[in-house]
Amino acid sequence: MSETIAPEGVAQNADLYALVAEFDDAESLMAAAEATRDAGYTKTDAYTPYPVEGLDEALGMRPSRLGWLVLIMGTLGGLGGFFMQWYANNIYYPLNIGGKPLNSWPNFIVITFESAVLIAAFTAGLFMLARNGLPRPYHSIFNTPNFENVTRDKFFLAIEHRDEQFDLVETRAFLDLLSPTQVSEVER
Amino acid sequence: MAVVSGKAETHRVIAPGETAGSIDDAVLNPVLAGPLRTPTWWWIGFSIAMAFLSLYLVSIVVLISTGTGVWGNNVPVGWGMPIINFVWWIGIGHAGTLISAILLLFRQPWRTSINRFAEAMTIFAVVCAGLYPILHLGRPWVFYWLAPYPNTMGLFPQFRSPLDWDLFAIATYGSVSVLFWFIGLIPDMATLRDRARSRFQKILYGTLCLGWNNSARAWQRYQRAYLLLAALSFPLVLSVHSTIALDFAVAQVPGWNNTVYPPYFVAGAVFAGFAMVLILAIPLRRGFGLQKLITRRHLDNAAKLMLATGLIVLYGYVVEAFMGWYSGVEFETYFIFNRIFGADHWWAFWLLIACNGVAIQPLWFRRVRQNPLALFVIALIVSVGMWLERFVIIVVSLTKDFLLSSWDDYVSTVWDWSLYLGSLGLFFVLFFLFIRLLPAIATSEMKELAHHDTLHGSDDDFEEIRQRYHGEEVGS
Repeated sequence: MSETIAPEGVAQNADLYALVAEFDDAESLMAAAEATRDAGYTKTDAYTPYPVEGLDEALGMRPSRLGWLVLIMGTLGGLGGFFMQWYANNIYYPLNIGGKPLNSWPNFIVITFESAVLIAAFTAGLFMLARNGLPRPYHSIFNTPNFENVTRDKFFLAIEHRDEQFDLVETRAFLDLLSPTQVSEVER
Repeated sequence: MAVVSGKAETHRVIAPGETAGSIDDAVLNPVLAGPLRTPTWWWIGFSIAMAFLSLYLVSIVVLISTGTGVWGNNVPVGWGMPIINFVWWIGIGHAGTLISAILLLFRQPWRTSINRFAEAMTIFAVVCAGLYPILHLGRPWVFYWLAPYPNTMGLFPQFRSPLDWDLFAIATYGSVSVLFWFIGLIPDMATLRDRARSRFQKILYGTLCLGWNNSARAWQRYQRAYLLLAALSFPLVLSVHSTIALDFAVAQVPGWNNTVYPPYFVAGAVFAGFAMVLILAIPLRRGFGLQKLITRRHLDNAAKLMLATGLIVLYGYVVEAFMGWYSGVEFETYFIFNRIFGADHWWAFWLLIACNGVAIQPLWFRRVRQNPLALFVIALIVSVGMWLERFVIIVVSLTKDFLLSSWDDYVSTVWDWSLYLGSLGLFFVLFFLFIRLLPAIATSEMKELAHHDTLHGSDDDFEEIRQRYHGEEVGS
């Protein structure tokens, strides 16, 4: 990675992905994330070995709305499961067994429930992966020095180049104030 | 405090002083070690399991080439051992989901170090269970007729049949369990990708982690999805064994047509499942030296849950006997008399009470609950007991149902037993491969726990009180 000397106030390196600060513990990262949010940066992300409580708010993230989607899809799954059984027994192939009602709904409950859970669960799992952009073998953040330790015990805070406020010199100075162990320029 | 085989034992959820790095090393080093550094006990266990897996394959070939006549199943006892073993296996799976989903929702931090391998246990038990009803069909190659799909016969399956409910319940349970397990494994796969030592490991874990990059934005969605999956698995696991109980309860066979069945089956499933968790956890923590992460606290809590569910099961036996008598129906009254005192199978019932009722009583004592060897033995006895329970329910009820003319004995054959032992082989082969290739403990969750533990100290107030009471040094 080459050091780039930037003219004042212009983020000119097209290959630059982000400035990434490394921290030793979750508390320093939290403080840094809050300071970054308060300084007005929005295209930021933090990288941690485990989910850190409150970090999403410190980064200015909104709560996830996944639950609503799962509720809707689960309801549709249940309705679909019931409809399948109702349709098979009432329309497609009505079969009179001992004069029992064709729409014997108590017998349909188990499959209705299982269909609801099946659709809801796969919505939750697959939609989470899709929103996170996975599977995605390559990501620019992997170019960060020492980044392999993010899965062990190191914490990283990235301010991305595409942030409107991003300025190589000023942003770097800002990150240096947050007492990181190192700050790196990361290319795409 | 007790010290066993050089490893300090602890009564806390996690041993004091564990850091993110030390957790990584303890859990991942056995996984990342080269093939030549695999422990000897692993090779021995794996070889034995492989031998039984071969027996399983032989049994299936004999079964399919000859037909279900190789089993002891006959006309009154159409279910026999295949369904006994099916219910036994599916029950074992339930503890895994209970630990990973229900205890997560109840915010029980002790679930963290045992959930991953308990989920694996669930999946492998569901695999073993699911093959039984398929093989029991007699023509296993057309098992997919149970599923609704567009077909040239122009037919739907019989949705009113509990056997079709079974298909939906088990297929949903199996696939949701795999999804839950895989999603839980993604961050650990990423950790393994970064620690990988060989090209094989880099490709394997690099592919399986799907490019997870530990971003806080990803973690937020991940945690929400994980919580939702847990919330969905909670009713799911209760529904699965209830559905299996309905296979029995909707029938008219004396002793089966009973409203206590679904809750009593669920309790029995969790009971058997915790026994299997202990059977797996006790050697695992010792073999890989994980005593600081799977602590005596875990054994203690699993034993408590085993005791509680065991007592519910015992209550189920009492209610069954009471209902048999109280119903006033001739067949029900005879059935319960025959179960308890009948000349043919009285021994099975009393052995069942000895295993599931008497053998768990020592678990009232903390000393027993925290003794790995005692727990291991009790867990084995409970596993036998839960097998006997299904034997008593299926065989004893069916051999003597309504008409004397249709009564007949049931004698299992060598192929019944070889298929059963073989399915144990399948289970343990999968389990041995799992503990060798994947982390048996969820490291990212353990790191969170260790972080919490460092900030807020141990949550084990009882242990501190106990130590003060006994005049021991607190925190020792």
